[in-house]
Formats: sequence, C-alpha cells, structure tokens
Amino acid sequence: MSSEYLIEVEDLKQYFPIKTGFFKTTPLKAVDGVTFNIKPGETLGLVGESGCGKTTVGRTLLRLYEPTSGTVKFNGEEITAKNMAEHRKNMQMVFQDPYSSLNPRMTVEDIIGEPLDVHKMYSNKNERREKILALMELVGLNAEHATRYAHEFSGGQRQRIGIARALAVKPQFIVCDEAVSALDVSIQAQVINMFEDLQAKLGVAYLFIAHDLLVVRHISNRIAVMYLGKVVEIGDADEVYEHPIHPYTESLLSAVPIPDPIQAKQSQRIVLSGDVPSPMNMPTGCAFRTRCRFATDKCAEVCPTLTDKGGGHMVACHNR
Amino acid sequence: MAEQNALKRNVLSAQVDLSKFNFDDSVFEKATDEEKKQQDVMSESTTFFKDGMKKLMKNPLAVGSIIVLIIVMSVIIVAPHIVPYSYSQIISVNGKRDKTAKNLKPFEYSENELEYIAEGGEVFPHIMGTDAQCRDYFIRVVYGTRVSLAVGLFASILVLIIGLLYGSISGYMGGKVDLIMQRIVDIIYSLPDMLVIILLSVVLNETLGEKLEGTSFQSLGVNMISLFIVYGLLYWVSMSRLVRGQILTIKNNEYVLAAKATGAKSGRIIAKHIIPNCISVIIISTALQIPSAIFTESYLSFIGLGVQAPMPSLGSLANTAREGLQSYPYKLIFPAVVICLIVLSLNLLGDGLRDAFDPKLKK
Repeated sequence: MSSEYLIEVEDLKQYFPIKTGFFKTTPLKAVDGVTFNIKPGETLGLVGESGCGKTTVGRTLLRLYEPTSGTVKFNGEEITAKNMAEHRKNMQMVFQDPYSSLNPRMTVEDIIGEPLDVHKMYSNKNERREKILALMELVGLNAEHATRYAHEFSGGQRQRIGIARALAVKPQFIVCDEAVSALDVSIQAQVINMFEDLQAKLGVAYLFIAHDLLVVRHISNRIAVMYLGKVVEIGDADEVYEHPIHPYTESLLSAVPIPDPIQAKQSQRIVLSGDVPSPMNMPTGCAFRTRCRFATDKCAEVCPTLTDKGGGHMVACHNR
Repeated sequence: MAEQNALKRNVLSAQVDLSKFNFDDSVFEKATDEEKKQQDVMSESTTFFKDGMKKLMKNPLAVGSIIVLIIVMSVIIVAPHIVPYSYSQIISVNGKRDKTAKNLKPFEYSENELEYIAEGGEVFPHIMGTDAQCRDYFIRVVYGTRVSLAVGLFASILVLIIGLLYGSISGYMGGKVDLIMQRIVDIIYSLPDMLVIILLSVVLNETLGEKLEGTSFQSLGVNMISLFIVYGLLYWVSMSRLVRGQILTIKNNEYVLAAKATGAKSGRIIAKHIIPNCISVIIISTALQIPSAIFTESYLSFIGLGVQAPMPSLGSLANTAREGLQSYPYKLIFPAVVICLIVLSLNLLGDGLRDAFDPKLKK
C-alpha cells in the first residue's frame, strides 16, 4: 500500500458554519480545495497572509477538525475518522504559541510523557522516565528540568518542550504550525536548526507553516503559497523564490525585507490594493482577481486550477 | 568581510562598527565560578498548590478564620466526650430528675444541685445554663453546631458533585447538548426554592414518615431529607453554570488541542487537562457554598422546617429561644454567635482562597 508520498492531500475542504441570522448559516470557506503531497523526510513550507487557512490546513490534516470533504492519505492509506487513532502515532503537531500549548498544571515530565501514556508505549515507570529524559536531551533540555512546570521556562525552552512532546511517539510527519513565529530571532535560529538536525537524524517530514518567508525558504524543500483557502502556487523552494509566477506570490515576495539598504532601494515593492475578501463571501472565479493587476474577464468566470509550468512548479493563474 | 561591511555602512548609521575594535582577552574579564553559579541558581520549583497556600497564609483574615474554624471543630468533637450530659437528657441529680434546673443562667446551679454539692457530690457546671426542658444548653449548642456544619458540608458536596458533572458535560459537549442542558438550568433557576422545600417536606412526611422509623434517618427527620433533596434538585445550578463557563474557556486552549493531537480521549482530557485547571475556582465556590447551606438550614429550622426534635440545630435553638427572649436573651445569643462565627469565617476563608488561587487576581 505504500506509495512515493508520505502525505497525499486531495481536494481538502474545510467549511465552518457561521450563524448569520436566526436560522441561517453561511459556510466560512477556510480551506477550499487544497491539494499537495509531501515525500518522506521532506519539508513543505506553507505560506500566506493571516487568515488564509494555513493553520486550518494543518489542523484538518491531523483531524483536529473533521474535513468537509476531500481525502488525506498517509503512506497511501486513506485516513478516516475511524483509523485516525492509530495514525496519531505517525502524525504530530508543534503549536504556534509556546505559552498556551503547555498545560500550566503539569510538569515537563508529564507533558512530554503524555503521548507515551496515551499510546501506552512503556512497560514500567523507569522505562517511561528514561524515554522522557532521552527526548529532553534530544531537544536540548537538562534532565533536572523534568520536574519543573512550564511557566518556569523561557519561550524557546517551552517550544522545545512542545517539540519533545511531538517527537515522543516517533512520528514520521510533524505539522509545525508557526512553530517559530512566537520566538525572538536568536531563539528562532536555534529552534530551526534543531528542526533540521532532527530531520537529518530521524528522517521526519514537516509541513512548515509560517509567515516569515525567509525562514520558510531556509528550511523548506518545497513551498506552497496559499491565498483565501486555496493553494495558488507550489514548487521547489528556490524556484518559487527566484521565479515567482503567480501575481500574489510576486507581491508577497516583494514584501520580504532585504537586509541591505542599497539593494532594498533598487527592488520594487508590488503593493496590493484593497483588502482580502471575506472567506464567507468569496469573489467568483479566481479568488485573487479583486486585487490582481492582471485580472481579466475570464478570471471572474473561471476558477483557475493548478497547472504545471515546468519542473513541478504548479501555478493557478490564467494569465501567467 | 570587514571591509565589505564598512563599505555598505550608511554614514549616518549609529551602529557600532565592531571592526574598529580589537578584542583580546584584556578587554573582557572572565567570570569566576561563583558568578557562574549565580546564573544557575533558580528559584525552587513550586507547584500551583504550594504557591497558593503560601499566599493564603499571608492573609491575616484567612488565617484568623482558619483558626476560628479549627477551634469550633475541636470543641464540637471534644466537648461531647467531656461534658457528661447528652443533648436530649433532662438533668438529674443523684439519679433523680431535677425539676428545679429549668432555665438556669450560665454557670448557675439548681437548688438540688447545690444541695448535692454541699453533700460533697460533684456536678459539671452548665456553661451556657439550661433550657426550659431542663437540658444542658451548652451540649445542645454543640450538637446544633455539629448538625449545622454537617448539613452545610454535605449539601455543598452534593451541590459540587451534581454541578461538576452537569457543568462539565454541558461545557465539554457544547452545541445542541449544551443548549438543551442550559435551558433546563434556566427552568430550575426560576423555581422558588422555599416553596419547593415546604411542598417536598409535606409530601415526604406523608410518604416517607413511617418508613423512616427505626432507621438512622429518623433522627435527621423528614425535613432534613427534603432539604438535601432540594439542594440536590435546585441549588447545583449556579455551580454547574460556573463549571460550564470555566470549561468553555479552558477547552479552547491550545494545550487541550495538543492533547487531542496526541490522541488522548475525552475522559483523559477532562480529567488531566480541564479539571486541574478549573479546580481552584471549584474549591473556592464550594467553600463559599458551605455558609450559604448553613444559613439555609438555620433559616428553615427557624421557621420550623428543619431538624426533628429533640435533635437541635443552631436555627431551631434560636427559634425556641425566641419565646423567652425577654427573660433569657443569652439563649438566643449563643446559637446566633456560633452561626455568625462559622458563616463569617467560612466566607472570609472562601474569599482568602479566591485571592490566593485565582490566577486572574495575581499581583
């Protein structure tokens, strides 16, 4: 049953019903038909502006939300609500906020040990403790930290605790939901290096959700760009960065600050006009057409699909 | 590299050009071992509970009320073993009923007792005097306090159990289940509790009265049982609302989502993540529930719906004292003072607990 890809997501949709009247509900299309694949040991970066559905994709992948439609396959096997319990061992998540994602009433040992408890992955208490200490060492925490509570740690250390928890069940795939966004730059670098080390050591695949484009470029093999619940461009990291095709990607990349004032002066910022349309009231056709420089009549009628522009660089745009 | 940096620098930049400095060991002083140690030492790991207790012990009102409660508790536990009278016993001297021992003042002896003492006998003093039926009043107050405290405690535990279960199910399930369960709570909220207690005690008297005879419930009386039933039926609603509100906020925390992502089941999530995080609020409101239950019991006993005679409760003692209020005012004062002491100290303790454990009030 195994296939080339570890994770295959096909036409994943996640609508949330929002009450708009007394008896009326309107679906909020958080994720609207997303398709991508992740190979074993690969990192897929997922970027996009706030509210475009990045986090929802990650959470729906792990069945923290029940998807409206679409399939997620793990190692070629389709994941359903029934067999998700077994797959929890293979798929884990690192959360954005290291402050709210750790239970303040549990010691570090219990936080990291929870997945072990849930999946009964030890035979006695000594084995549990050994496993936890090994995990703590793996992420760079001292053994004496085990009996402390989460509030006694700094943000970077807390994020390490969260990563150790995700690694406890030896998953093959980890969703990093803005795992470094809440950290300051020096700690970000440490944690990102740790992610890379762990990938080299354990061969895990990541879905790396972030809005810091430079970080994503650094860590990702491939990158997917999302806009209003849809993937508009996907391809190799360098290819997407060097030759963005979709007008949204172009403008997104032009907003990346360049750490060199002379180069920054020469580069041109593509500023988008208008606001992101409400996901409850999406424009017809291409979701981006209301802010696109190249929008034509066709964009308003037909929703563009991802088409290969060469070398696995897929773009959803009529005009490029 | 240094040259490149120098070229790129803006003339007006305030950034320090590090290349102009030459760093060698003389510029920096190495940290001594002692200084390194200073960096290592962290404050002792404290649990949430220890932290809260520390704060509680710093609150003079809370400490005072704990002391008062301990004194009251030890008196009601120890006194019946020391005082040779029982709450329903009519005082007798030398095996004979002492009819002169009616309505004695505190520490006063009756004529017969005085005679007996003169003959060389020993009589335990009536610390609070006696009542109209020649019974020692002190022991009656002690038993009354026992009954009132026990009723308060059990009623609160009843409220806690039902409210906790109902509230956590309603809050955790959410959606339609929550909607229906909360409407039921709304209906119960609108029932007049006194009316229900009175109606229930009338009905239960008819149906249960005979069956209770000879069982341990008899001394409690039908009224008390209906009081407990009413607590079980009506008073849990505010507790359940509190628990529901707490759970609604906690269940949206990312650590609950993280537990779900590890594959934890609902039972584990409630027991390990949700309850520990709202337990302080629950304990506090239970502590505040006890005085209100004591108050309700006293109030019901006062209007004649409380414990069955001859079992005393603080409220029924106050009620009987009403009759001879002008001649024997101390009979009202003793139970009233005890009620005040217990209710006040429990309330102050509850407030202290809230201040110490509520993370939102952290200074």
